[in-house]
Amino acid sequence: MSQFTSGFWDLYISIITVVSIIACAVFLSSQSRKKVTADKGSTTGHTWDEDLAEYNNPLPGWWRWLFYITIAFGLTYLVLYPGLGSWRGTLGWSQVSQLEDELAKAELQYGPLYERFSKVPVPELAKNPEALAMGQKLFLNTCAQCHASDGGGSRGFPNLTDQDWLYGGTPEAIEASIANGRNGVMPPWGPALGEEGVKNVAAYVVTLSGGASDSIRASKGREIFQTTCAACHGPDGHGNQALGAPNLSDKIWLHGGGEQAIADTVARGRASQMPAHKGLLSPAKIHLLAAYVYSLSRK
Amino acid sequence: MENTYNYKVVRQFAVMTVVWGVVGMLVGVIIAAQLMWPELNLAPWLSYGRLRPLHTNAVIFAFGGCALFATSYYVVQRTSHARLFCDRLAAFTFWGWQAVIVLAAVTLPLGITSGKEYAELEWPIDILIALVWVAYAVVFFGTLYKRKTRHIYVANWFFGAFILTVAILHIVNSAAVPATLFKSYSAYAGAQDAMVQWWYGHNAVGFFLTAGFLGMMYYFIPKQAGRPIYSYRLSVVHFWALIFTYMWAGPHHLHYTALPEWAQSLGMVFSLILLAPSWGGMINGIMTLSGAWHKLREDPILKFLIVSLSFYGMSTFEGPMMSIKTVNSLSHYTDWTIGHVHSGALGWVGLISMGSLYYLIPRLFGRTEMHSVRAINLHFWIATVGIVLYIAAMWIAGVMQGLMWRAVGEDGTLTYTFVESVKATYPFYAVRLLGGLLYLTGMLVMAWNVFMTAMSSKPAEAAIPAPAHA
Repeated sequence: MSQFTSGFWDLYISIITVVSIIACAVFLSSQSRKKVTADKGSTTGHTWDEDLAEYNNPLPGWWRWLFYITIAFGLTYLVLYPGLGSWRGTLGWSQVSQLEDELAKAELQYGPLYERFSKVPVPELAKNPEALAMGQKLFLNTCAQCHASDGGGSRGFPNLTDQDWLYGGTPEAIEASIANGRNGVMPPWGPALGEEGVKNVAAYVVTLSGGASDSIRASKGREIFQTTCAACHGPDGHGNQALGAPNLSDKIWLHGGGEQAIADTVARGRASQMPAHKGLLSPAKIHLLAAYVYSLSRK
Repeated sequence: MENTYNYKVVRQFAVMTVVWGVVGMLVGVIIAAQLMWPELNLAPWLSYGRLRPLHTNAVIFAFGGCALFATSYYVVQRTSHARLFCDRLAAFTFWGWQAVIVLAAVTLPLGITSGKEYAELEWPIDILIALVWVAYAVVFFGTLYKRKTRHIYVANWFFGAFILTVAILHIVNSAAVPATLFKSYSAYAGAQDAMVQWWYGHNAVGFFLTAGFLGMMYYFIPKQAGRPIYSYRLSVVHFWALIFTYMWAGPHHLHYTALPEWAQSLGMVFSLILLAPSWGGMINGIMTLSGAWHKLREDPILKFLIVSLSFYGMSTFEGPMMSIKTVNSLSHYTDWTIGHVHSGALGWVGLISMGSLYYLIPRLFGRTEMHSVRAINLHFWIATVGIVLYIAAMWIAGVMQGLMWRAVGEDGTLTYTFVESVKATYPFYAVRLLGGLLYLTGMLVMAWNVFMTAMSSKPAEAAIPAPAHA
């Protein structure tokens, strides 16, 4: 695709470029041909600030040649590579084609290593030390930035080593999470519920996992919960993996437990994103990664 | 008044160069320590992300800027045999520039930033910079216009090119739509914004940190050496080639990005063509000493000036090499870049400024020498050892990081995770911190020396001699 809005700009920049480079060479050659009139050891005759003067030694030969060589290199490069407007260069190189070539080469070399695992079911792969070692390397370079190098996660980033799954812990669900990503959206309820409403709901949610809170608030909160929160989190707060709605009764808190943090989540909502890796990683690699993640909670 | 030089504004800028040098380098040492010990990010306004732009702004625009103001005002007067044009405008450039620096020192730690590297200051400060800079141009070119000599001395070509170009760069790159007093949005979007930013960024190196300091070199080396410039012809060729070619080199900061390939290629090609023009300045400076090499043994000021040129030569060789795409794919985003920048900043810009100030300051106080010549020598050696430690550590760290990031195991996965490369860098962070500390120590020795020189003498005026008519 041409990056120019019209053929004019293409020509414009190409001409300016070539003329500029050639002008450097012409300038250099015209200046080196100039006779140095002054005798060796005498100055140009101008004096500034009492004693500042200039000799007029000729341009050093090696320096002139260095200059010419870089100019010749530049012109050659612009013939071979894309640089003059939309001229693609005689070598047909581009950064995208370089990337594609390298990826294709890597796929040819390494593809079969992953392909041999792609038909093996995840639970079986999760017992294969060789597969797990490869899966771990993928995990450390792709997933550990958010989920931590041991898969333990951190605030806002799910722990992958416990038995609690937002979207399900079956091999298929894990593979789907990695391949397609997930968008976890808890809407902000502050405007609808008001400050008191939020506090009441938070007080109730605390009791779902056996915590203690103001019982009057909690009972008021229970009513709101049933009408507002139960749709996703279920009437008893056990969550819904089809929606990615967390279980609120298991003492595992993605965005922090305790009344204050819960009230915060209720009032402001949360937006969590697991990016999709389809296209970044081959299906075989995603399969292997799923097996590694699967193994983390089954040790 | 008209028969003396305006030394007052030169003196003010010269003293503030030393003050801001200490401050800027101290902030550099602090952020180097934060990389070593992240616990030192004590408060948001003391965090690395806010102090790093403070460091770059302080050393480039406060230390380097004041040094350029001081030397250009001194040189243009002395080589024009004329007093600076308009004392009050010159005074405005001093106070205006100090106001910019203080505003930067307040707003950057508060997190007020436009997010453009080396152009972080928000729009009200940008406007003040533009005003000061236009005033600077009027004072400088006004003085040149008044000159009593027929020819314009070579140092002034470089200072003039630096002043004009920085004005254009600053105004174009800082164009923004203000949202509030402290927030604005760039006038450019996406890859174009990136291109404008690095057109600015690279020419800030080319014109602020190279052309300006070459102006310094062209006056203080022949003066201190007592020898004529090696070649007038060479200065003509490398001046025009340098200022012409530099303008094109910016895209090499954006290799392998969304920037169109033709622009990337032009950035690389012109960076390579820039090698010879850059070296022209080094040859002219070092060869000026030809026939008087023995002076290098005894004169610590010449040591500063000449060694700065060897660092200049090194980094202007390294730069074009790093602009080659294949090299860049290894070096980009690593500490190699930091090493490259500092061989230029500490080695070239720092040492040439210090050498020039050691020549300049005694004369501004009516003496011929600094309070302690031995302290100059001490400063030179501490600074040089500091630079060598700093850049060697960053070179090794950078190449190591580049190799670790691309290392691939038998199964095609990356051998190292990113954090492993960070861990492997720690020893080099330690060496870099030591190098930076030494460099700062040298600067403190200089500050003491300048203080003692100023205390034991009075600010001097100098009469304007008649120009020599040869």
